[in-house]
Amino acid sequence: MKLSKTLLATSALTVAAAGAYAAGHGMADSMTLVSWGGAYQASQQNAYVEPYIAMNEGVSATWDESSAEAVAKLRAMNEAGNITWDLVDVVAADAIRLCDEGLAMEIDHDELLAPAPDGTDASDDFGDLIVSDCYIPQIVYSTTFGYRTDMVPEGVEPPSDICSVFDLETYPGKRALEKRPINNMEWALLCDGVAKADVYDVLETDEGQDQALAKLDTIKDQVIWWNAGADTPQLLADGEVFMGSTYNGRLFSAIVEQGQPIGMMWDAQVFDLDGWIIPTGLPEDRLARVKDFVRFATDTQRLADQAKYISYGPARASSAPLVSTHAELGIEMAPHMPTDPNNAANTFLYNYEFWADYRDDIDAKFQAWLAQ
Amino acid sequence: MTDAATEPDKVTGPTPDNALRAADKEDSGPVLAADGTPLKRSLNRALRAQKIRALMLIAPLLIFVLVSFIAPIGDMLFRSVENQIVRDTLPRTVAALADYDAASGELPRDEVFEAAYYDVFFAAERKEHTRLGSRLNYEKTGASSLFRKSGRGIDDIGEVYLDQFEDLDENWDEARPWAELMGDPDWIAAQDAWNGNGSMPEFELRSDISDILPRTAETYEIFARFMQTEEGDSPLEEEPWSVVHTALYQDLAEGDVSGYTGPRADMLQAADALVASADFQTIAFRDGFEEIDEDWVAPEIWQTIKTYSPAYTSGYFLNSIDMQKTAEGPALRDEDERIYGLLFQRTMFMSLVITLSCILLGYPISYLLSNLPASKANLLMILVLLPFWTSLLVRTSAWKVMLQQQGVINDTLVWLGLVADDARLTMINNQFGTIVAMTHILLPFMILPMYSVMSTIPPSYVRAAKSLGATNWTTFWRVYFPQSVPGIGAGSILVFILSIGYYITPEIVGGTSGIFISNRIAYHISSSLNWGLAAALGSILLVVVLVLYWAYDKIVGIDNVKLGG
Repeated sequence: MKLSKTLLATSALTVAAAGAYAAGHGMADSMTLVSWGGAYQASQQNAYVEPYIAMNEGVSATWDESSAEAVAKLRAMNEAGNITWDLVDVVAADAIRLCDEGLAMEIDHDELLAPAPDGTDASDDFGDLIVSDCYIPQIVYSTTFGYRTDMVPEGVEPPSDICSVFDLETYPGKRALEKRPINNMEWALLCDGVAKADVYDVLETDEGQDQALAKLDTIKDQVIWWNAGADTPQLLADGEVFMGSTYNGRLFSAIVEQGQPIGMMWDAQVFDLDGWIIPTGLPEDRLARVKDFVRFATDTQRLADQAKYISYGPARASSAPLVSTHAELGIEMAPHMPTDPNNAANTFLYNYEFWADYRDDIDAKFQAWLAQ
Repeated sequence: MTDAATEPDKVTGPTPDNALRAADKEDSGPVLAADGTPLKRSLNRALRAQKIRALMLIAPLLIFVLVSFIAPIGDMLFRSVENQIVRDTLPRTVAALADYDAASGELPRDEVFEAAYYDVFFAAERKEHTRLGSRLNYEKTGASSLFRKSGRGIDDIGEVYLDQFEDLDENWDEARPWAELMGDPDWIAAQDAWNGNGSMPEFELRSDISDILPRTAETYEIFARFMQTEEGDSPLEEEPWSVVHTALYQDLAEGDVSGYTGPRADMLQAADALVASADFQTIAFRDGFEEIDEDWVAPEIWQTIKTYSPAYTSGYFLNSIDMQKTAEGPALRDEDERIYGLLFQRTMFMSLVITLSCILLGYPISYLLSNLPASKANLLMILVLLPFWTSLLVRTSAWKVMLQQQGVINDTLVWLGLVADDARLTMINNQFGTIVAMTHILLPFMILPMYSVMSTIPPSYVRAAKSLGATNWTTFWRVYFPQSVPGIGAGSILVFILSIGYYITPEIVGGTSGIFISNRIAYHISSSLNWGLAAALGSILLVVVLVLYWAYDKIVGIDNVKLGG
């Protein structure tokens, strides 16, 4: 073990030394950015990486599509003493954990990030979305349901209420749900007569957890459980399921870009965030480059630009009025945003702190319930 | 199986082994080599040199395997019992809890709260408290936010004292006066002279200050060293943490500083008078913790800390067999939380089924391969190997397209009228899907060893059996099959061991009833970050494989396994 640690440390030093030499004037000229791949990463590439590289000649950016395992990989890198990533895109819950574990750098938002065009401080512009001292939010997305419009039974209104997920009589057919307790437990309680404000209070108790599982039990044999966000659009496109939950951007591209007969059911959509963290322990030249990039990439215009490519809402309040049309299709993007007033009539706020505490406990119960 | 040519006693003529044997048998005086040394010793020397040369030849591989394979696995397995984080982060608390009876259901003594105050304060400064919170949250729900909250709120206790001392004398919240009170004069001079280059002169306590203000000296030293090493700041310019003021209050309340004449004596004696006065406000540590969060005054969190205070724990292993460590000792988990026993059983059962179906499907193919003319056999061989060259994900996803309810097979069956359109078969997202997809993926690992064994079975044996009057069945069963068993053995071991560790395919096509224990291991590695539990589950899996291997060796004999001719 000692030997391998020494080896790793030596190679880390060599890499660091080489990086410092190449930089010359204090900023490294390459960055490794970590994201989710697919349309989302493409939107980041188009909206801010390409403009940044155009402005800074000689700088290159490499993508690593590892956001799904970012927490585990960063921890492993940290233990080996060799951080190869410069900027990592993660969801809010992961950012909180990375901050807790000391793997993400705490930042001063006002100092690091650009103020809004009208001079508002960054921390006010992002507002409540800064859920952790390490987190730089980019977009607001939601987990919501889509359904096959051609599979709605005749003479029945298309589903517009979250509880139609649990209503097998009116809306027969399979459902696709994510294979984890988060969101599913909340929806089950909402449809079992628990008021929205009380959901997490109920879910704290054993009885509440049993109640949610009992509600899910009523549709258990009609559910296909998904792991990846791309599963549900595929299952809907194949006609394997009647309705399923996934990220709203995935449904947007299935509906608008691919023309699938799918409808959106925005009711009780759960908002979540996606954003950057900077790993701790970066050498100075790389840190300087990343700070420079992130200041540019999260300014008001860049976040608004991102919405041209994907239907996620920009995290800055000042970006919202600048959201324009889709880059290729030319349609207005605002009505497809999860934050649009027509879509956000009934939304649900994901409680990060609750899930940080109860995740392990409820997940054990949930998995045991699944396996039964 | 053993080649006659390698059995020493059957070889006549001089070989090193035989010569040694001969030397042993010799009664009369040792046989001498040409140079006069005894033959035995000279031979031994020659053999040793050979062995060392052989070892040197494989040394690069050996070192590579040790460094890149054995060591990381060992390190990972070690995590299944390692639990130093609790005692490293809360050393004083763990010591104070030594005589605490976790089963009593009572709160620990006040000294424990005092120790926890200092521990949590320092951990929060080093940003280690949340990491401990995540660790304890695996055992006690809510620990994560409890520690996060405490990191933010722990300052409130010290600020009670900081504010009062500061009201008395501004200097109590200044860096320089504190440094003069606590620091060695030589160190202060050296620190003043330090010009920002090289490393800072390391902080030294003044010689007698520890006797007068023991707690204050200890906490201030921790503060000063932390500023120097972690922050790179001079303690001469940084106001001390509020924990130092708490320590000062404790020292002044207990000790006597009237005889103190060193630097800042007036300031210290004024503070002593303030602490002695009636209107000096204090806060009990327990009340301070209660204000941060009520969970601190419930016994559960202390029981958890106490239970997990040893540096090594059986907790992860207990968790991985659906038990848990409680204050009263190991106990079974609630029925609705048991999952690992079920998954271990299922993993074993399904791997067995997959191995059997591979044997059933692979045997005829291998037989065909080994008996066809070379040109045709090569073509078939390519078909067997083709799946190897296709991505695992592509093959698994192809099964999805085939097996799903709106998939190829169901469509065909409906078109043929064999099943009704509204009663399509469920062939995926269950055990069946996993077994089908994994059998397909692992089939080459069964066919190849079988083929290489079968191709060495001389056709003359079969012909001889038939010419002596055996029926086709008897020829196969009594003559051919026994000779092909080593291939089945080798293939089965390969397929079985590969399949109990598989997780990608079950994850994609397994639904809820077709997932393996490895899916939970992957979850704990990459998602819940409970690496200790993942390591414990992995260790159990490894032990199970070794036990099965041992049993196989006892029953079938490992000599009967052949990977090639």
